Amino acid sequence: MDMNEIKEIFFQECEEQLAELETGLLALNDGDQDPETVNAVFRAVHSIKGGAGAFALDELVAFAHVFETTLDCVRSNQLEATRDVVKVLLKSADVLADLTNAARDGGSVEEARCSELVAELEALARGEVPVSAAPAEEASAQEAPAEAEPADHDEAGFTPVPVQLDELDEEDGADAEPEFEPVPFSFDDFGAEGEEAASGFKIHFKPKPDLYHKGNETLLLLRELGQLGTLDVDCDMSALPAIDEMDPEGSYLVWNATLSTSENEEAVRAVFEFAEWDCDLEITPLEAVSAEPPAAEPMEEPVSDPVDAPIAENDPAPEISEPVEVEPAIEPIAEQPDAANVIDLQQAAAQGKDAADVSAQKTQARSTAPAAQATIRVELGRIDRLINLVGELVINQAMLAQSVAESATSGSSAVTMGLEDLQQLTREIQDSVMAIRAQPVKPIFQRMSRTVREAAEMVGKNVRLVTEGEATEVDKTVIDKLAEPLTHMIRNAVDHGLESPEDRVAAGKSPEGVVKLSAKHRSGRIVLEISDDGAGINRERVRQKAIDNGIITAETALTDEEVDNLIFQPGFSTAEQLSDISGRGVGMDVVKRSIQALGGRVGIVSTPGKGSVFTMSLPLTLAVLDGMVVTVGEQTLVVPLTSIIETLKPESEHIHGFGASGQLISIRDSFKPLVDVGQILNFSNTPTDPLAGVALLVDSEDGGQSALLVDAIQGQRQVVIKSLEANYANVPGIAAATILGDGQVALIVDVEAVVAASRNGALKSETSLAAVG
Amino acid sequence: MKKTTVLTVDDSRTIRNMLLMTLNGAGYETLQAEDGVHGLEVLGGSEPDVIITDINMPRMDGFGFIENVRRSERHRAVPILVLTTESDAEKKNRAREAGATGWIIKPFDPEKLISAIQRVTA
Repeated sequence: MDMNEIKEIFFQECEEQLAELETGLLALNDGDQDPETVNAVFRAVHSIKGGAGAFALDELVAFAHVFETTLDCVRSNQLEATRDVVKVLLKSADVLADLTNAARDGGSVEEARCSELVAELEALARGEVPVSAAPAEEASAQEAPAEAEPADHDEAGFTPVPVQLDELDEEDGADAEPEFEPVPFSFDDFGAEGEEAASGFKIHFKPKPDLYHKGNETLLLLRELGQLGTLDVDCDMSALPAIDEMDPEGSYLVWNATLSTSENEEAVRAVFEFAEWDCDLEITPLEAVSAEPPAAEPMEEPVSDPVDAPIAENDPAPEISEPVEVEPAIEPIAEQPDAANVIDLQQAAAQGKDAADVSAQKTQARSTAPAAQATIRVELGRIDRLINLVGELVINQAMLAQSVAESATSGSSAVTMGLEDLQQLTREIQDSVMAIRAQPVKPIFQRMSRTVREAAEMVGKNVRLVTEGEATEVDKTVIDKLAEPLTHMIRNAVDHGLESPEDRVAAGKSPEGVVKLSAKHRSGRIVLEISDDGAGINRERVRQKAIDNGIITAETALTDEEVDNLIFQPGFSTAEQLSDISGRGVGMDVVKRSIQALGGRVGIVSTPGKGSVFTMSLPLTLAVLDGMVVTVGEQTLVVPLTSIIETLKPESEHIHGFGASGQLISIRDSFKPLVDVGQILNFSNTPTDPLAGVALLVDSEDGGQSALLVDAIQGQRQVVIKSLEANYANVPGIAAATILGDGQVALIVDVEAVVAASRNGALKSETSLAAVG
Repeated sequence: MKKTTVLTVDDSRTIRNMLLMTLNGAGYETLQAEDGVHGLEVLGGSEPDVIITDINMPRMDGFGFIENVRRSERHRAVPILVLTTESDAEKKNRAREAGATGWIIKPFDPEKLISAIQRVTA
């Protein structure tokens, strides 16, 4: 393990701490009174600060320090966690997250943002009422800028001590002037006298019993002292009681040492840093001593090497003696029987455990997350490799099954049974491996609360985010790719979905808008819903906009649903035109494309006056897919099962010509466009005869249906997805590839793209929706 | 000769790893625990020569941990160094009162860490 690996761990840990921090702050915001919540929040920031210090991430340390100081005030009940206060804390958590990211990925955070919050945090720590409510005279009295003002924090038991710069070799982030600079050691208790190079010191050292109770030893202190120069030690044993009167845990010896050294007094004191409290210590420069009578009379011959000194060897188990001023210092400890101590320990441990259990339950109750189980951390790369290997195993198993089926041994029941078992095991291994990557959507939902906060602040709205189904699990690769479209849609909901507080009140609603984000599993997919209780889509405006942008003509007749879906059209709108009206459409085409790229669909249902619901349906994993294997011309293709509604054999009375070359198929009295897959994908120049082929009725996310015409169906199977983009290039109309049991590469059809292409007459241009209608 | 064994108690993986790297690099045997409660559990089955503990930890903080160690018959004389970002006197005093032998301010310099350990171990 080297520093870089540890740094990696540090950033991982930061992510967890930041999530913890946000969860805790949101709980406080909702009125959570549990002191452990505040403690956890404090610890999260504290821990980030500690680690950041180790890597000399000064900006991060400086900010975390101020943040922590304020949290400490909350922890010690000096500052009440009102919503206004928590608001500042949440913003600080956001900045802390940004600073962490900047530290990891390079880049920086706007200084104004930081300094503004630092000022707010410091005001809170000073006990000033947050935000606008601050009394003017108090504010002016506290004009002190972002400099340390430790005195104010004394009551909180936390005094930031500006100390010298640490010496860990890290070059970055040195420009800032943090008020708190980490240092490996601080001797802040000592005055900086003794700069003059004294040639030596007289040291009078009388340990108290407490010194030994805390695990310090005279021997070790003298040994350390001896390393500073030449040491002469006298042991004053005059206080030793008679052996039968001696407290075995008492302290009776007094040490007088003369140290010849070029070190200054500070270095000598540093030796006694840990012992200082529990001893009488006098350190006098030699010159000063010589002018006065000796501090103590040497009683014995000097012990020149304390390490070998026989007396010292008895430390800390004390010194032989006669009673003088024995204090029965430690008897409570000594008298306690062993068993009692053991029980104490166990009880303490058990209590600690109980407390942990209770807090775990609380957490669970709050978040409905599954109870924490033992986990290990594994590098993602290893899992990826395992998944790849399992993919190969699945393919290999299919190939084996196929060749057995084709060979003479297929009659053997033992082989057949063995193959069936193998198939089942393979499937189970595959499922288990996929489950390793499955993760709850919670972290990404948590991130959205920040998105809501920021968006709401920006447009001056009052918004509450409600989340549901945070524990719903989905493959990590899917989660990673969800962030962007979700962020977009959430921003959109806040910006365009919700009305201004005034408009809401005028419409008889609460001024606080609600954006709801939910996740659930449905038939092997994950369904995410983003809903708002805003005004709904203004269809008149959307329609007009689409006409203005040339997406539809004034004559085009569209259903409400189709109008709503116009907002997903590329070129439908740009931000500046729509941001001030209650329409939607900022970048929704981008959202749709990225969802589609994940094999997902997105739809919208809007109710005027009540709000809108966006629904995204996504596969649970990007690694495997249930598909229908079909033949088109010379090619074997796979059509994702999730998009197929039914398959049918076209009959002549159901096929109708349409326009120049188009065809429709009538299915139970409704007409669907018939899409010749071979032609669209340029696999064949001659149209497929509908009567000789098979039609796959598929869903497209605008709610319409089409029938894909293929030559034949080979069967259904689960296939392992191999990315084309990663291995070759992005091919229009093709989503990915797979390897079949016979080793053949089959392309996986991008149904949406094929259907869209058939509408538009070409694969690459997605220009017009005018044909729908 | 038996290697000096150090028990580190810290809830931060980062710090635990850094301690591990530093201590193992210096030839110490290292035991680790994630908080005070865990620390006491580990102590139940081991005889470390020195303990390094954090202060702010879940379940049982450093103060509670030190008090428990000092109360135990078996381990009450083990030197305990407090590893903390807190550099103020009040926290130090509390740690001392709880029975800490000494302290190390985070972030620690490896050399200083080792010398602090040497200062309290034979």
